[in-house]
Amino acid sequence: MSKKYDTPLLDELEKGPFPSFVKEIKLAAKHSDMSGDLLGHTELCFKERVTHWKHGGIVGVRGYGGGVIGRYSDIPDKFPGVAHFHTVRVNSPSGFYYTSSALKEMCDLWDKYGSGLTNMHGSTGDMVFLGARTENLEPFFAEVSSRGWDLGGSGSAMRTPSGCLGMSRCEWANIDAMAITNDITQHYQDEMHRPAFPYKFKFKVAGCPVDCIASIARADMSIIGTWKGDIRINQDEVANYAKTMDIKAEIIDMCPTGCMQFDGKTMKIDNSNCNRCMHCIAKMTKALRPGTEKGATLLLGSKAPIVTGALMSWVIVPFIKMEPPYDEFYDLVDKIWEWWDENGKNRERIGELMERLTFTRFLKDVGLDPHPAMVKEPRRDPFFFWAEEDIER
Amino acid sequence: MSDLPQRQTDIGPPHYSKFLPPVIAKNYGKWLYHEVMNAGVMVHVAESGDKVFTVRAATPRLLSTDTIREYCAIAEKHCGGHLRFTTRHNVEFMVDDESKVAPLVAELKSKNYMIGGIGPRISNIVHTQGWIHCHSAATDASGLVKAIMDDVSEYFTEKELQNKVRIAVACCVNMCGAVHCSDIALVGVHKTPPRIDDSNVKNFCEVPSTIASCPTSAISPDPAKKSVKIKLEKCMYCGNCYSVCPAMPISDAKNDGIAIVVGGKVSNLRKDPTFSKLVVPWIPNNPPRWPEVTDAVKKILNAYIAGAKKHERVGEWIDRIGWEGFFRETGFEFKIQHIDDFTFARETFRMSAAFKWT
Repeated sequence: MSKKYDTPLLDELEKGPFPSFVKEIKLAAKHSDMSGDLLGHTELCFKERVTHWKHGGIVGVRGYGGGVIGRYSDIPDKFPGVAHFHTVRVNSPSGFYYTSSALKEMCDLWDKYGSGLTNMHGSTGDMVFLGARTENLEPFFAEVSSRGWDLGGSGSAMRTPSGCLGMSRCEWANIDAMAITNDITQHYQDEMHRPAFPYKFKFKVAGCPVDCIASIARADMSIIGTWKGDIRINQDEVANYAKTMDIKAEIIDMCPTGCMQFDGKTMKIDNSNCNRCMHCIAKMTKALRPGTEKGATLLLGSKAPIVTGALMSWVIVPFIKMEPPYDEFYDLVDKIWEWWDENGKNRERIGELMERLTFTRFLKDVGLDPHPAMVKEPRRDPFFFWAEEDIER
Repeated sequence: MSDLPQRQTDIGPPHYSKFLPPVIAKNYGKWLYHEVMNAGVMVHVAESGDKVFTVRAATPRLLSTDTIREYCAIAEKHCGGHLRFTTRHNVEFMVDDESKVAPLVAELKSKNYMIGGIGPRISNIVHTQGWIHCHSAATDASGLVKAIMDDVSEYFTEKELQNKVRIAVACCVNMCGAVHCSDIALVGVHKTPPRIDDSNVKNFCEVPSTIASCPTSAISPDPAKKSVKIKLEKCMYCGNCYSVCPAMPISDAKNDGIAIVVGGKVSNLRKDPTFSKLVVPWIPNNPPRWPEVTDAVKKILNAYIAGAKKHERVGEWIDRIGWEGFFRETGFEFKIQHIDDFTFARETFRMSAAFKWT
């Protein structure tokens, strides 16, 4: 039985319609002294309006350089249950689908070795097992890995790739996002488990430009499904939508390229001017479908504001077929990583390195041809470089 | 330890095909269209004519094993033991026949699940660890999420908006959740520089990497103390040095707080993906319910509801009325902090005489 704490501030957050994280901590505290102390510890943070967690130390499992984040309380004497409260990142299956039997088995193991608290899921997409003592890390890993699970990434490594649910339940998927996510994860196990990069590297795979996985904002490499060719139109369904929707106001006038026409009966699209933004397809799901030549656009470089400001990924490959065995894709990733490894400073993301050494240098060094899709507009200044072969001697 | 099973390494996650509901596995890649039936239910229809009905409910992301077992029990009773989670921390239960929807919804309601988040509404809030688990948190995350979602719950469970409104919370500027492209995002910020613990710098920190971590070159060596010093006027309190060097704590209970940024999005729908922009530089931490923050969020939401056209996201509405229009409509005070003086500053200045009066 864990120690009881008065938690008036947290108790307030048990009220209201949204499910309460405080209830979750209290549920876990029924079985775990660690979670019991977490409750008191969190109440103190709320009271003092400051965190009481210390910088992580280096903890992990044998043979891996990541997958576990060390976490210690700065007041372990008051709250011995959270003296160690390490996080174990377990690589989630693509698409976040589970069976109850698999989840229950993981829950049993976590009750045995950890606090009983989890995140489904962490921001990167791992199953996060929150709160373990150092001596329990190795046994927990043995138990889960023997049942077919493995750890995700942390530190200066490939982070756990994640993707949208793609073709499994979405008609807009132009690429098999779940298969690609799983393939990248399996292809680069060493790069994920043994950090050897200048800094972290994240892949996110979106089936279409709606980008439900937010790949363009938070993946060093964003893989976004797209298509070539004409949007498929079912004119009968267009006519049905016309009964309930103001097609001119909601679709034609909102098309960013003005490439659509509707005369009250028939819809026409000037596909050569379509930029595949997905607005019309997303609003008229029964009537419009993406074209049939499927592939992906590859974009590189996004990250959060640390250090010199947030970046969104930008186009490096306008169109690539993303089909097994993905040789062309992996060759390119290997070249990009080699370039980053040779040129990147410690804790420099690939996007920051491209900015520092220039995008043009990146393109030349990894062997990608310039393409209008890579820029919003050409440069304004006249200060460009020429190569030796461009000069008459 | 001898009774532990044989560990395996580098096996990767289990293959997703082991977990797919039969109707999903059968129609993989062959979906035709989908329709939103109500705030909490949607149906996907396959080329084969098969249908999958998805019921979505909010989770607090921080989940006990007991609650996960409860999800499992519901999945076993209604969904053949299958369930999934969304990227925004919702749980989804899927059934292959419309007749199975009502009993599933009834059971979820009887257990007080918050069903919704589908269609042009507020979905669950993407967020970070906060005071539950993070050493660099300038605010809590779970508490803020709970306070906001309680206040706007009707836009999750029922009421429609002009489009989706994606809310996100990051407890510091590291932004583990990469919240910088959200309709409304809250980010924990510091207002005071790190405090240098000289004796611990020499024990725990590598001086060159600590110096290199500073984006404004405010940190320099202090050889006499075998430590570092900070040019205070250059520090913009990002806390990156603390990530590298634990002897430079930056949290400050009285001065840590929350900034609000708005108008971002990640999709390519209609207009390009967009960064969120600053609208409130700092609100003090006021747990457990952060009333000043929830008021500001509602102010933004109400102005959007009053002014946006159908299908416009928050950023598209602001694009149309202008940022000067946004400050007029919300009544937020425009302060010196709103004017960028960092990396991308020049792109943000108005190089035109055409603007609207506030």
